Amino acid sequence: MRGDLSHHLEIKGACASYGRIQVLKGVDLTLGKGEVVALIGPSGSGKSTVLRMVMGLTLSTAGEIRLDGEAVNYRNPASLRRLRDRIAVVFQQYNLFQNMDVMRNVTIAPLKIKRRPRDQVVADAKRVLAKVGLADKLAAYPDELSGGQQQRVAIARALCLNPEILLLDEVTSALDPELVNEVLDTIRGLAAEGMTMLIVSHEMAFVREVATRVILMDDGQMVEAGTPQDIFDKPQTQRARDFVGKILRH
Amino acid sequence: MLERLADEIPRFFSWSNMLLLGEAMAITLAMTLVGCVLGFLFAFIIAFTRQVPGILTLPFRTAAILFVEVFRRIPFLVVLFLVLFFIQAVAQGTSLFTVAVVSICIYSTAYIADIIRGGFESVARQQIEAAQAMNFSRWQILKSIIVPQSWPVVLPPAVAFMVGFIKDTSLVSQIGVFELTFRGRELNNMGFSGILVFGTIAFLYFAISYPLARWGQWLEKRLAR
Ligand SMILES: Nc1ncnc2c1ncn2[C@@H]1O[C@H](COP(=O)(O)OP(=O)(O)OP(=O)(O)O)[C@@H](O)[C@H]1O
Ligand SMILES: [Mg+2]
Repeated sequence: MRGDLSHHLEIKGACASYGRIQVLKGVDLTLGKGEVVALIGPSGSGKSTVLRMVMGLTLSTAGEIRLDGEAVNYRNPASLRRLRDRIAVVFQQYNLFQNMDVMRNVTIAPLKIKRRPRDQVVADAKRVLAKVGLADKLAAYPDELSGGQQQRVAIARALCLNPEILLLDEVTSALDPELVNEVLDTIRGLAAEGMTMLIVSHEMAFVREVATRVILMDDGQMVEAGTPQDIFDKPQTQRARDFVGKILRH
Repeated sequence: MLERLADEIPRFFSWSNMLLLGEAMAITLAMTLVGCVLGFLFAFIIAFTRQVPGILTLPFRTAAILFVEVFRRIPFLVVLFLVLFFIQAVAQGTSLFTVAVVSICIYSTAYIADIIRGGFESVARQQIEAAQAMNFSRWQILKSIIVPQSWPVVLPPAVAFMVGFIKDTSLVSQIGVFELTFRGRELNNMGFSGILVFGTIAFLYFAISYPLARWGQWLEKRLAR
């Protein structure tokens, strides 16, 4: 059922730099249809950069990224547009549009970019926003919302794009425990519906439950990859043992 | 001296003189307004051009940067004479008012372009990246995100520049446009006391600028919200 052999998204030997500092030093990752892969690793290890690179916001300096077996040419606007049409991202800092209210944030891309019918877009947006518990905040602006509320708007915004692949960067970091469960339920639901996801998360219990595979990163490299059981219960490398030991003690 | 002044006042504040000064005030205001509004439009185009990357737009970008950097570093009076002699060389018979408006337009374009660029740059990179990740076009990003978010940063200094420029347009009297300062010198030459004439002129500049400056401050407060 899960982990279809046809690889949806493939990253091969990708490197990336900010200015002169290399932050990704050869990342390999495959994300099959319906798979949920979790990226874990210490702060600054390059997890967010992997997501940025997939979206074409940071250009890789080496290696390649394939979508459905076809190499993506990030310098070709049409190729990049096709990729961005199928993949949605929820940023670690939410990045909601500050000049738009919640409803506008969620509907602008489906309306103006995807050109879907207004009635349908509005109905969809209301349904998704209700699902993340924000039905009463449609007219609020981002600076009037708490971090957790903004995070949920960002999730709703990504979902309303109807993506085939969803990239989630620490989507529970700003939530209080009650809401963490709400949001995790939403993601659980998506996983059950077969949504392909690449998630960066520190919620180990959740990763263990929902992820088909876990990849541990450190200093821009993949340290270890395997099933959640492999990584959490019998890590192979010393680096993995250290990291897992630290987060499990929390 | 005070006696002489008291003597002159009724003669000076005659209907014909007041009409003359009223008209001069209108000219001062009109050339500033037309020049600066056109300037704002061109400045916007320049600021937008400057941030479009790619080899195809490189010549436009270079020209835009050169224009801004050069004209911001030349005194307005020099720009005025440059425009005057250039226009006289290519299109004789152009009115001096037009020369003044073109000069004001060039000068304000350069200044306001820089204000707008600063405003565009004040928009957080993450806002733009979020839009790019959703396939917004460059134009849509400008329209939906950059302009609405930089508006409060751009408008107050742009208005302040325009209001401040009203007084600098007095330099235009140098080429003989019938604006306030020119009429002032004329009346002075007719024998009216310099103190009386330029005191009145000073008051008129103040009367135009002050309400506009207050309006600008009000606008700034409202935009800061
Ligand atoms: N815009 C930037 N300019 C320069 N360096 C950056 C930039 N963004 C990130 N970095 C650096 O790149 C490295 C990787 O950052 P990244 O954000 O990918 O880490 P991360 O694993 O997501 O960390 P965290 O768990 O704290 O979110 C870090 O050393 C960081 O300092
Ligand atoms: Mg991160």
